Amino acid sequence: MSDISYVRERFIPAESPPISDASAYGWIRRNLFASWSDSVLTIVAILAILYYLPPAIDWLFLSAVWTGTDRTACLTVDQGGALPTGWSGACWAYVGDRFVQFMFGSYPRDQLWRPLLVAAVFVALLVPFLIPKVPRKGLNALLLLIGLPVFAYFLLLGGRFGLRHVETSLWGGLMVTLILSFVGIVISLPAGILLALGRRSQMPILKTACIVFIELIRGVPLITVLFMASVLLPLFLEPGNNIDKFLRALIGVSIFASAYMAEVIRGGLQAIPKGQYEAADALGLNYFHKMAFIVLPQAIKLVIPGIVNTFIGMFKDTSLVTIISMYDLLGIVKASFGDSGWITPVTPLTGLIFAGFVFWLFCFGMSRYSAFVERRLDTGHKR
Amino acid sequence: MANLGQPKAMTVSATDVAIDIINMNKWYGDFHVLRDVNLKVMRGERIVVAGPSGSGKSTMIRCINRLEEHQKGQILVDGIELTNDLKKIDEVRREVGMVFQHFNLFPHLTILENCTLAPIWVRKMPKKEAEKVAMHYLERVKIPEQANKYPGQLSGGQQQRVAIARSLCMKPKIMLFDEPTSALDPEMVKEVLDTMVSLAEEGMTMICVTHEMGFARQVANRVIFMDQGQIVEQNDPQSFFDNPQHERTKLFLSQILH
Repeated sequence: MSDISYVRERFIPAESPPISDASAYGWIRRNLFASWSDSVLTIVAILAILYYLPPAIDWLFLSAVWTGTDRTACLTVDQGGALPTGWSGACWAYVGDRFVQFMFGSYPRDQLWRPLLVAAVFVALLVPFLIPKVPRKGLNALLLLIGLPVFAYFLLLGGRFGLRHVETSLWGGLMVTLILSFVGIVISLPAGILLALGRRSQMPILKTACIVFIELIRGVPLITVLFMASVLLPLFLEPGNNIDKFLRALIGVSIFASAYMAEVIRGGLQAIPKGQYEAADALGLNYFHKMAFIVLPQAIKLVIPGIVNTFIGMFKDTSLVTIISMYDLLGIVKASFGDSGWITPVTPLTGLIFAGFVFWLFCFGMSRYSAFVERRLDTGHKR
Repeated sequence: MANLGQPKAMTVSATDVAIDIINMNKWYGDFHVLRDVNLKVMRGERIVVAGPSGSGKSTMIRCINRLEEHQKGQILVDGIELTNDLKKIDEVRREVGMVFQHFNLFPHLTILENCTLAPIWVRKMPKKEAEKVAMHYLERVKIPEQANKYPGQLSGGQQQRVAIARSLCMKPKIMLFDEPTSALDPEMVKEVLDTMVSLAEEGMTMICVTHEMGFARQVANRVIFMDQGQIVEQNDPQSFFDNPQHERTKLFLSQILH
């Protein structure tokens, strides 16, 4: 039998990893050309980019028309314009000409300072709210979530304080998209939390009410909710008692988003270990404190991706208000296709690309911010 | 087993009852977990509860701060009877601290915040004072330098000591320990037991569910052995370990003391 005894004389100190792992060459080797199949895929991807990217850039920027006052700027010789036959490119002149309409719809042009002021206040309140280092978060939140909606309501609608009344049927464009989504977000998060807590409650009536609400709203398409709110509701109301259509859309979008949010939050609540509830109980914390300080912060952190997913979905779903003849950004862009001043073969594509880009910008912003928040709140596994 | 040192003088009140459990019964569905449990704990007394798994020892101490509800019998803690009255439950929980097998620290809060949360919101203590109290107890469990870290950055033993400090910050009259060392690495057990011993030396009323028989021998006034939801035997540690009476106790001790 061999000798099995061994005693270590000294511990090996930690060393830095091999250089090839850290260099650019090492990175390319590992990530792009690690195997035969990887190399083939890398080359195919590069070829695809080389094939599709230059024409796209050409169409969007190089061949695009940037200035002009009507459709002739974006027409070829055959179509009655000045551009060479076979030309195709984006007609940014059309977006530039219709820009105010895309942003504000038919809001009276001499009153545009009102939505612009609301937008400025919104940005001024939102930016410090999103930056963790800025102090006085409580006051900031109060102004943003309660002060701003009240301020915006009086300023945008008018009819008081000597401001001219602007009917909501004149509102449109990005303004409507943002108002609908902002109100939807601000209402759906707290409402969703309450619904989720209600659904997990021990009290049978409250629990049943929450389940019925959530399942009823989730089981119906948003279009149906909006359509019923717009067409059916007035039939049941006395004539003259009509609720504003925009308000109905706001309520429709909000309750719809709340039902979805409730289920996202419930997922988070279920992921919190029982021990957390027990520790809070054992310390004597009451239900409100337990939920507000222990359970919800952890549950919400867990489901940030789901929450933002719902926000993004709702942001895009606001386009469905077109069904009740309200014009959000996409609706107003589509409506402008029929505008005889700008009918050209490239107008629809340009308009849709513009609308898509604006939607993407906001959604990507939300997504990036949520990733930032997730990283920032990640304390649980930090070692 | 670690030598825990001989405890200093520990006084047990002869007349002052801290916990009184009278004919308590509990069922999980059809399963009768606790059967006619009777237990009187005097102030300053340190009780170790032992028994095989599933014997109801954890369930029993969890009934004392109403993490579990009993269905028959009476539990009086510090003179307050536990019923469905939420006010009374909160009153009891303010006076009874609990340490869990899996620590149950709040991972999203720093060590200091873990310790100050309940004093601030339950005891309505000003934040500054709560932090002073928290630092005092973190020093007692010998980890004041970790105050601003998160639980995930600490070792198991450190986390359990924080959990003890967190309970102590509420200045409880009674402490319950539910297998506090069972989830720890062997190297960490002693530091937690040492903390518990020093707590015992100060005269804290304690009920510990534990398998640390060395701890029981040196700190407990009384060892209780449970099986099938009932108290089978109780005695002072010396007699309990050296001269067990019930067959079940003898079998249990022969299994764990090797």
